[in-house]
Amino acid sequence: MPVRTAVKSPHPHRTAREARDLRVVGVSKRFGGVPALCDVSLTIASGHVHALVGENGAGKSTLGKIISGVLSPDSGHCELGGERLVLRSPRGALGCGIATIAQELAIVPGLSVAENVFLGAEANVAGFVRRASIRRQFRELTARVGFDLPADRIAGSLRIADQQKVEILRALARNASLIVMDEPTAALSSREAESLHAVIRSLARDGKTVVLISHFLTEVLELADTITTLRDGQLVRTLPAGEASEESLIEGMLGRSLGTAFPEKCFAPEDSPVVLDVGGFSAPQVHNVSFSVRAGEIVGLAGLVGSGRSELAHAIFRDVKAESGTVALNGSPLRVRGPKGALRRGLAMIPESRKDQGLLLSRSVQENVTLSNLKKVSRLGWVKPFQEKRDVTELLNRVTVKNSTLKSPVASLSGGNQQKVLFARTVFCAPQVLIVDEPTRGVDVGSKRALYDLLSDYAKAGNGVLVISSELEEIIGLAHRVLVMRLGHLVAELSGPDMTQQAVLAAAFADPIRNASGN
Amino acid sequence: MTDLSLNEVGAPESKVHKVARATGRVMGSWRTAGILIPFLALFIVLSITSAPFLRTTNLLDILDQQASLLIIAAAGTLVLVAGGIDLSIGATYGLASVVSAQLALSHSPIVAVIVGILVGLGIGLLNGVIITVFRINALIATLAMSFVVGGVATLVTSGNLIVLTNRQGFADVAVSSFLGVASAIWIMIFVVLALGILLSRTTFGRYAVAAGGNPVAGRLAGVRVNQVRIVTFVLSGGAAALGGIIDTARVLSAESSAGGSALAFTVLAGIVVGGTSISGGEGAVSRTVLGVLFIALIGNGFNLLGLNPLYQQIVLGLILLVAVSLDVWARKRVR
Repeated sequence: MPVRTAVKSPHPHRTAREARDLRVVGVSKRFGGVPALCDVSLTIASGHVHALVGENGAGKSTLGKIISGVLSPDSGHCELGGERLVLRSPRGALGCGIATIAQELAIVPGLSVAENVFLGAEANVAGFVRRASIRRQFRELTARVGFDLPADRIAGSLRIADQQKVEILRALARNASLIVMDEPTAALSSREAESLHAVIRSLARDGKTVVLISHFLTEVLELADTITTLRDGQLVRTLPAGEASEESLIEGMLGRSLGTAFPEKCFAPEDSPVVLDVGGFSAPQVHNVSFSVRAGEIVGLAGLVGSGRSELAHAIFRDVKAESGTVALNGSPLRVRGPKGALRRGLAMIPESRKDQGLLLSRSVQENVTLSNLKKVSRLGWVKPFQEKRDVTELLNRVTVKNSTLKSPVASLSGGNQQKVLFARTVFCAPQVLIVDEPTRGVDVGSKRALYDLLSDYAKAGNGVLVISSELEEIIGLAHRVLVMRLGHLVAELSGPDMTQQAVLAAAFADPIRNASGN
Repeated sequence: MTDLSLNEVGAPESKVHKVARATGRVMGSWRTAGILIPFLALFIVLSITSAPFLRTTNLLDILDQQASLLIIAAAGTLVLVAGGIDLSIGATYGLASVVSAQLALSHSPIVAVIVGILVGLGIGLLNGVIITVFRINALIATLAMSFVVGGVATLVTSGNLIVLTNRQGFADVAVSSFLGVASAIWIMIFVVLALGILLSRTTFGRYAVAAGGNPVAGRLAGVRVNQVRIVTFVLSGGAAALGGIIDTARVLSAESSAGGSALAFTVLAGIVVGGTSISGGEGAVSRTVLGVLFIALIGNGFNLLGLNPLYQQIVLGLILLVAVSLDVWARKRVR
């Protein structure tokens, strides 16, 4: 018996730390024709904290997912310790010692902490889980890492930071040597973030490699040994953290102009009336926001993903209940419940995701266009087919969609045309204030220009437009004035010569004001 | 992004686009034609193989027997299209049967019919409110409701059969003849047409499609999703009650266990075989009519041809599986 235990030691301690650098070689990835990563090569040194930074959509998360086997590259490959990695799934990656802690946590909320940690690798006898041995393994693991987590607590009842610790423990329980963390501190309070920073440092001390994807530049500069900057899916540069500064990182993230032409800005006269006035407005993930939009004006709303931009739009549109503050349209307060009331008062919103929040994909273009204002083409609840067809044809001409598609399912249209259909639906309600969330996401370049023209013309006709976008180019090229949000607060208003990509990004990326945001 | 990548973005998009559009068109027409082809095929086969099949009496008999089922299934189509499901129709059918029968013993047939229908509408309203306001899953809510309503129906009758031997006035609701066709069939035609038009031609129908197809988008487009869903449940309850009343009038007797869960599943089978999607957002009353009649023809055919009725269930089950698989497949293609 003693011989057997000696041979089957449960924790084979590595005597020598292998040099297992991860090399990314010429990796490219496209999503539906849109390039997300172009020929990216880099080396992630074993035992280092390697940070990936870039704007929204620069390709950081995509690269993280390719490294961890969630996505497979269209071309190029990864090498680990000189051997080519072929990862078909996160499980396969785990087998190679690569684990991920994703933006959306993947714990099973109904299971205990210990059960979550050993999920999929439970000690068992003929399929029966050996609870006692799991608990023992858990104690050993937490003692080794220095985490203090209750083994029997239900994981769903833990704070987010502790849930992340559960995920980290799970990664370590599988002997992961490389851990990809995608925005690990985005949902944390500053104290929790501090404790996670300590965890990352201790992982690095133990010789684990950490790939850190983060929006917070101070965090990156503090923790990382090496920093890679990405822009539009291309690698800008990889630098030792000691040689980087916040300014140099921001400069690296900013692109040169892509040359997408924008319609000429037609500024509204100084005295044009305020059509949308938002004062002291709070809602879930939105804190005390005040701003106004005048007739004829296009106001840009910038900020990182998760900064509360869309939440603000949904709350103004009454899709989500506001907590406090006022919204006034044309000087009179908006006192309605639900989007239907807002639409009737002349406030419309084109939501961020046309597939999930905008269109009835399997229904015809025509039905999708008239949905918001069916009253206009019906009498006593009876839809008048000829008038509907006539009105839709006219609208489609206006938004430059071929009207031969009138009866075909909207799912068969290209992304750009789907977006135009949504625009047509909104215009059919003739709103005085239009909020558009990511008007050109996943849209080809030609349609982009057409959509910019539509928005610009709509403002020119004397309406107020609020454009939310993650593309700085778009915000700067389209808006007359830019508002920047960060962690639910409005942190900057930029106009005239101050309105530069640099200034927007600096405001959006500035140090988190966590204490002010509660938690 | 370089010039090269700009060119590349356009090319594959338009190709995908073309294929998707063609597939969408084919699937769209398949959905309409889907049930019609097997229905016609079965009809022709039965016409050839069985002499009595094409006789007017046989065909009218089928319609008469299916009248209440068609009414309930037409309303059920609206519920499904708007993203719900109603399993309480069997119990509602039973309760409306016994309530109207009890009333017909002492009151005029008109009172019996009206109160019976009101009972159904009330149950539907309750279902709709529970499901939308309290956000209870429709399947569970209406299943629970079916137990409650079934219990109430048994209380009304104390578990006895109500017999209405001398109430010819009440029987006339279902069996009086106009132009050689029973009133049950006329009522069915009227209700089915009205519900069909409501779904396909009115603003309410469009809202129902939006509520079931993409409730988030519907809400953001200004559709009162909850309100629309409640109305579909009210219609379903009313239709179930009407069906129960018609069948009670036809046989002049009622018991609380009439209907039951078998009715709900027969109705659902008819709707789904017709090609209405169980996931909501797609469907038509006309297809449901064909679906219900298709199932009825299978039963009729087994009878007329003297086949072992045991196989009828097996055949029905297989047809249902095929119908649902085609729906799933069609959805995948459109996305």
